[in-house]
Amino acid sequence: MARNSPLHSRTEPLCRGSRWEEWSGFLAATMYELDHVHEYHAIRNGCALFDVSPLLKFDIRGRDAVALVDRVIVRDATQCRVGQMLYATWCDDDGMVIDDGTVARLADDHFRMTASVPILGWLEDGAVGLEVQIEDVSEKVAGVAVQGPTSRDLLQRLTHHDLSSLGFFRCTTTDVSGVPSLISRTGYTGDLGYEVFMDPADVVHVWDSIMEIAGDHQLLPAGTIALDLARLEGGLLLIDADFTSAFQTTFHVKKTSPYELGLGWMVDLDKDFYIGQQALRSENERGSRWRTVGLELDVVAMEQFYAEWGMPLPLPQRPWADEVPVYADADQTRHIGRGTSGSWSPVLKKYIVIARLEPEYAGLGSEVFIEEMIEAVSHSVPATVVSMPFFDPPRKRARGAMES
Amino acid sequence: MTKTYDAIVVGGGHNGLTCAAYLARAGRSVLVLEARHVLGGAAVTEEIYPGFKFNVYSYVVSLLRPEVIRELELAKHGLQIHPIDSVFSPMEDGNHIVFPTDPAQERDELKRHSARDAEMMPRFTDLMYKMAHAVKPILGYVPPNPSRQGWRDLQTTRQLGKHVGGLDKRTFSELTKLMTMSVDDFLAEYFETDLIRATTGLSGIIGTMLGVKSPGTAYVLLHHYMGELDGAYTAWGAQKGGTGAVSDAIASAALSYGAEIKLEAPVSEVMVKNGSAVGVATEQGDEFYAKAVVSGCDPKVTFRKLVAEKELPADFVTAVDNIKFRGSSGKVNLALDRLPTFTAMPDPALMSGSIAISPSVDYIERAYDDAKYGGFSQRPCMEVEVPTTVDPTMAPPGKHVMSIFVQYASYDASEAPSRDLRRDAFGDAVIDTLSEFAPDLKDVILHKQVLTPWDMEHTIGLTEGNIFQGELTLDQLFFFRPVTGWADYRTPIRNYYQCGSGTHPGGGVTAGPGRLAAREILGGKL
Repeated sequence: MARNSPLHSRTEPLCRGSRWEEWSGFLAATMYELDHVHEYHAIRNGCALFDVSPLLKFDIRGRDAVALVDRVIVRDATQCRVGQMLYATWCDDDGMVIDDGTVARLADDHFRMTASVPILGWLEDGAVGLEVQIEDVSEKVAGVAVQGPTSRDLLQRLTHHDLSSLGFFRCTTTDVSGVPSLISRTGYTGDLGYEVFMDPADVVHVWDSIMEIAGDHQLLPAGTIALDLARLEGGLLLIDADFTSAFQTTFHVKKTSPYELGLGWMVDLDKDFYIGQQALRSENERGSRWRTVGLELDVVAMEQFYAEWGMPLPLPQRPWADEVPVYADADQTRHIGRGTSGSWSPVLKKYIVIARLEPEYAGLGSEVFIEEMIEAVSHSVPATVVSMPFFDPPRKRARGAMES
Repeated sequence: MTKTYDAIVVGGGHNGLTCAAYLARAGRSVLVLEARHVLGGAAVTEEIYPGFKFNVYSYVVSLLRPEVIRELELAKHGLQIHPIDSVFSPMEDGNHIVFPTDPAQERDELKRHSARDAEMMPRFTDLMYKMAHAVKPILGYVPPNPSRQGWRDLQTTRQLGKHVGGLDKRTFSELTKLMTMSVDDFLAEYFETDLIRATTGLSGIIGTMLGVKSPGTAYVLLHHYMGELDGAYTAWGAQKGGTGAVSDAIASAALSYGAEIKLEAPVSEVMVKNGSAVGVATEQGDEFYAKAVVSGCDPKVTFRKLVAEKELPADFVTAVDNIKFRGSSGKVNLALDRLPTFTAMPDPALMSGSIAISPSVDYIERAYDDAKYGGFSQRPCMEVEVPTTVDPTMAPPGKHVMSIFVQYASYDASEAPSRDLRRDAFGDAVIDTLSEFAPDLKDVILHKQVLTPWDMEHTIGLTEGNIFQGELTLDQLFFFRPVTGWADYRTPIRNYYQCGSGTHPGGGVTAGPGRLAAREILGGKL
């Protein structure tokens, strides 16, 4: 049975519909209101507060900390400076993705990795011959995320650190409402936002101080459905939706490489040895099975299909995660891949889907067809390959104050 | 040699801008002339009090046509609408009703008032969706001319017939009732609770000098179910940064296609030569020439002010003079130091929804009685929104703006200073009445803006202050809009077109008239 997060005393009374799901063994609110819509709009208009305590966190300390991190992630960890964070993936020996997450360098000899799949043993195995201490600090570090255009103004009122100087994917140790905290300019919404980590004993105090000034900054507590929609717009992959961890399936056909997930840009083939490097080198030479791309569905054509059944177009208001066939032709004779998650995007006014397609059909502007089942009859909805992220506001990366 | 534009659009309201955007998108050279210093017409947001942005007139968005959002890529140009999806309505005895978004929550809430009505609501909502879906395609047609019956008129009539003919018997019969009944009689066939009928019926009388018991008002109710932002019927919302930002998004699209926009250039006259529009003259004395002139103003301004009477057939002039404007709504906008407290409100989160002051059917009807012979309601009906509960861009942190739409206030043709005194009394009636439900309201007001129909006529040029550029009653819709025989955006003057809310599909921030007018001007293709 899932356990309560350190913030449960605060989240439980707010979660009006008691709609929870399990996240790494803890209860996470899927939405606090009876619908996710206000929470989603808070992310894009004001800001939203998330309990991210269930996130798995692994600390790596010691003389060889950088060597271990460099040995497990596909990016060059030696280039990561103190106070910097990397978005990275780590792979198995076959170059298949185990997980993605952030890697923060908190000190010369101290890194912290966040993850969805437990990797303590795997890190220990990889540390053979290295002088490091590895610790699962998941339950020693609690956290909240404040995400959205007003997040900086709100958080600035609670900390002495000048947040306008904290760049995208940078972190700093400071105080938040008097509590020693780690603030990082990261998040899972594709928007301006911060994550704040602290001792679990202090997290309730931080949550309360944020909620106290919520009204001044249009903040709402938000759950996983609003988060899922935001991350989709932000072109951020979701484990168990857009990919399956190589640690959670035994079948090769279910696994994917960083190249196949559109993360080839982070794969460093030339750095020192790391797990999966050989396999990734040969994949790079041989070519990949898939490419992960964005699709924009033709809702006019889709509306027409529904009209033929005498029904209005039901645009998905909540993100779906599934494996939906994609074809090269409307007659569905040439199967070329799958849609893995999708939703109507309120901010873009478009129906967007993350899809994994055969490379030759995955070029920008390529026209494909995605299956839509209506009354158990398969229809082919035209879709166009577009670049991701679908939604990428300048405020996400901008330094200093801009556009609130 | 002076430049001759392909088209000049008179009036930078949201429909004028939409028409200009489509024309420019098709490669035409377009000039938009706006009288005021801001774009948007009634869809405008202005900083009336330092740091506080008011949705001065239009305050919610729902009916904006999805095809316009898509074709003009308005999301890219800044369209961002957050939902207003609950309604809180306090009663005079301290009770209240809430229409929440969650069906289970709604059932519980309605059950407090009537178990029968709680059962009925989902069925009623389904029926309204079905009818809205049935009527919706009409919003996208150029109305046929019933007096001409040319090939295209017959074609459209046939399509319509086919569409309506496809409805099941029940839906068709209910649709006929909707077109003819009073909103309260219609609702009374479904609901026994007075308060449910009052709160739901309020949308039937908005912008119309009719009461909830006046025949023909039921249709306006359906009009309010036709919004389909994000593919969900009845979705209401507020644009980030205010309604004016919708106009700005459309203007941004128009500019990106190469349209020119001039502010503070009030058009005094549309120049007509040999029965054909050739350009416009502004009050400053500038002249601009074009192959076509499109008026986004209401029919009265378009035909009785901008062109000389001699250019128009006499029966046409009579038909225009017969259009019912009869502004019926006022607006009070407030800058607030903090949120007021509604004593009957069970959950402060409802402040981000809509607040309806329509505590009983008789209350609404009495408010109409007060204004029927002129003047305003002593205890008016109101629809209140506080956009700053979700939008940080409209007031300083912690402060708020409140938009109060007020029904009824009749058009007051009297002279100042008595007009000013009456405006003050109207503003006081609004604040006093609202304070009965939110006692601390007066303590938190930093600034107050009061607008009557007369003010709307004199700031944004809406005849008699009618927010729809002509009432939305059945006799003024579809091929009757603005007058029979001229619903295809053309006018008796060659190369003179109309694209305002006074044309089909009518009022509200729909952009429908602007788009359809552009399609006609471009020969049927966008």
